[in-house]
Amino acid sequence: MQKLRLRYAKRGRLRFTSHRDIARTFERALRRAGVPMAYSQGFSPHPKVSWVGAAPTGVASEAEYVEVQVVEQVDPDALRTALDAVLPPGLDVIEVVRAAGGTLPERIEASAWQVELPGVSPERLIEAVTAFLAAESVEVERLTKDGKKVIDVRPAVVSAEVRSDVPTGSGSTQIQMHSSDAGHDARDLSHPCGILVTVVRQTTPTVRPDDVLSALRVVADLVPPVPAKATRMAQGRLDDEGRLVDPLALDRAAEEV
Amino acid sequence: MSVESVFPALEPLLPRVSKPVQYVGGELNATVKDWDAAAVRWALMYPDAYEVGLPNQGVMILYEVLNEQPDVLAERTYAVWPDLERLMREHDVPQFTVDAHRPVKAFDLLGVSFATELGYTNLLTALDLAGIPLHAADRTEDHPIVVAGGHAAFNPEPISPFVDAAVLGDGEEAVLEITDLVRAWKAEGRPGGRDEILTRLAETGGVYVPRFYDVEYLPDGRIQRVVPNRERVPYRVFKRTTMDLDAWPYPKQPLVPLAESVHERMSVEIFRGCTRGCRFCQAGMITRPVRERSIEGIGAMVQRGLEATGFEEVGLLSLSSADHSEIAEITKGLADRYEGTNTSLSLPSTRVDAFNIDLANELSRNGRRSGLTFAPEGGSERIRRVINKMVSEEDLIRTVSAAFAAGWRQVKLYFMCGLPTETDDDVLQIAEMAKNVIRAGREVSGRKDIRCTISIGGFVPKPHTPFQWAAQCDPVTVDSRLRKLREAVNSDRALGRNIGMRYHDGQPSLIEGLLSRGDRRIGRVIERVWREGGRFDGWSEHFSYERWVSAAEAELTPLGVDLAWFTTREREELEVLPWDHLDSGLDKEWLWADWQDALDEREQDDCRWTPCFDCGVCPAMGTDIEVGPTGRTLLPISPVGKGSPVHNPSLTT
Repeated sequence: MQKLRLRYAKRGRLRFTSHRDIARTFERALRRAGVPMAYSQGFSPHPKVSWVGAAPTGVASEAEYVEVQVVEQVDPDALRTALDAVLPPGLDVIEVVRAAGGTLPERIEASAWQVELPGVSPERLIEAVTAFLAAESVEVERLTKDGKKVIDVRPAVVSAEVRSDVPTGSGSTQIQMHSSDAGHDARDLSHPCGILVTVVRQTTPTVRPDDVLSALRVVADLVPPVPAKATRMAQGRLDDEGRLVDPLALDRAAEEV
Repeated sequence: MSVESVFPALEPLLPRVSKPVQYVGGELNATVKDWDAAAVRWALMYPDAYEVGLPNQGVMILYEVLNEQPDVLAERTYAVWPDLERLMREHDVPQFTVDAHRPVKAFDLLGVSFATELGYTNLLTALDLAGIPLHAADRTEDHPIVVAGGHAAFNPEPISPFVDAAVLGDGEEAVLEITDLVRAWKAEGRPGGRDEILTRLAETGGVYVPRFYDVEYLPDGRIQRVVPNRERVPYRVFKRTTMDLDAWPYPKQPLVPLAESVHERMSVEIFRGCTRGCRFCQAGMITRPVRERSIEGIGAMVQRGLEATGFEEVGLLSLSSADHSEIAEITKGLADRYEGTNTSLSLPSTRVDAFNIDLANELSRNGRRSGLTFAPEGGSERIRRVINKMVSEEDLIRTVSAAFAAGWRQVKLYFMCGLPTETDDDVLQIAEMAKNVIRAGREVSGRKDIRCTISIGGFVPKPHTPFQWAAQCDPVTVDSRLRKLREAVNSDRALGRNIGMRYHDGQPSLIEGLLSRGDRRIGRVIERVWREGGRFDGWSEHFSYERWVSAAEAELTPLGVDLAWFTTREREELEVLPWDHLDSGLDKEWLWADWQDALDEREQDDCRWTPCFDCGVCPAMGTDIEVGPTGRTLLPISPVGKGSPVHNPSLTT
């Protein structure tokens, strides 16, 4: 019995998948790749796959995490290659490590999101973000199965800043170079596009990127003319400076010893 | 001229609709080809929601057969839900394919597979969104040729105003022949325009072009005759039959959607056709004769399909899967091969009399144990003789007792209500049968938690069956019998609380009946219903009986006929039926004799194990029964891998 931890990306048109869609697709890919999966016992056996808080439907991600259990020793790099080859375009395995103790959920407390707002000028966005950060509390309404729910977005937001474009070496440019679904990742550059980068703590109830946008509407009446595109860029624990610590760093370090 | 993807225009709409993933494509094993390199381009449509349409085997087979041709391109399109339809109209986004998001209007052909008549209004939505004129007569060379297929195409008369052509029967070879004709016509510079290509298709005898036939009516509304209105067009159009299933092992690379679909499994068709002779069953009548896939062919398709899809369940499909001459060897061989890989097998259609507990055990050996499902169809022995579904209650009780003794806890039974000659008593027998199942289960298992679910559908008389002459039962009678049945089930609480009952009311069945046995005059009704908002008629939350009734009244009254005339009216022997010129191979005199046998409660045996009873199909179509046993076995006998049906030596260190 061996545990492996994977970081994967959900890109392009696959951002429209739900977590259930991803889970099904992943389990089938594990079978196609010939991974010797461990199964639960009982009437209805399931492969042992543990998910950590998935990105919402409609949101892309560069940093999703999952843990799998296998019944034979598996080489992490070989697994990354084999699995990546059979996943559909837009689901890309970025890294696989052997689990070195601990649990994934305890290494994740916040996410960094990048939200592209086509048709919103960076100046307008800065104005809204400044107003939001100045507030102590920003309540928004969200429609849930059980009706309308009011949540306070402000306390969950660790930081928020605006970029007119993403610096070279990170963000969208890089995504487009590496995405297996590059054709569906292209950005329309004919309009001004404000880009919001925000770190949000994973609280209950969860504050999602669209809640942050709702908050900008509440404080500054900012309404994007077309739906925004959000991408989760990283997850992890927050260090003392409010930066995210890579949740696989400990496993990687253990490997090198 | 190249064609642009509509995805950039569609994408901003997707966050605003439910389940957007169904519109993005990207399925595993989907094919996107170079538009300009293709000589002939097909859009294939299943006119229902993506979750229903994607797993459809017919579309999947044709998609792969066509895309294997180097100069042919095939993409898929499905019905969009009303929320997206509204946004597409608002933002001028046309009906698109999910593969490369190309506009449907740009294709040479639009093939539409109708498994059920309730998809007709969805065809009109798709045509309209695509910018293709609704009426075939208004189309020009710039529009795709709209071809209908699937079981409902055996009577395409109700949709004849909207389709250019219809193909009866198996599509594998037919699509390639149509492709050849279209390719040649395009290469010649489209001589004679749309009329000429349709005439070339029609003169093969295997493609029906409704426009080339005139229907003449008698003063009382019945059809006098249907005749070709030009030269080169045959009087009768024959159905297509693919004889050697091993030569057509499709789908080889089944599509696996990102979205959840109604069939989360890999399906292998183990035989086609059925001669059990159930008189209500259109599928069994129009797909004759039985043609088995060999045990080796099945084994190879299962392994290749599992490698290509990663599914955890393999469905061995056919109209009555336990009837395959080597079903025991197939299930045992597959269960041995996939031992320890968590791969389960299922037989979606099994007859009680062909089923045994060894089979059930093989099916559940390597995975989840699914429930047992049987379809006695009729509650009383008498009505089962009428419909020629000769399974006895003793057989049923014996089989379920063995299953309950072996650990099963649940059985599902399918029935129909509204069958010809049916009385209240025939339907009330369903309750008795369900109670006997519970009693037997409690006795052999010694447990109280035995469950039996009875599921009842309304009977709809279908073309090309012995019941094509029958009066359809009116919804009021069907609903009243179902109410009485529910009371009978609940009359004994000690047993009734373990019986679940599922049914639909009789109204949708009546409309399905109108569309099934209708003629060209029904096209106006379909169009009116669609213009008044009719969509997704197979979904109870979208179906409106009142809309259909009022449209039928408005359109049919001026013609001197009505809804009842098409549905609850019994036909006479010599009446010209709207589909008489469409040849399923079944001899009309034999069908009539079988209808008389039904009324006399006389059974008809299966020609696989008794002498031929002259239904007419084999001599008319030049076909013959193709069944085993072959005596061959499934290789390899050894299990394939650990925790996966695929063995990948590069992974383990």
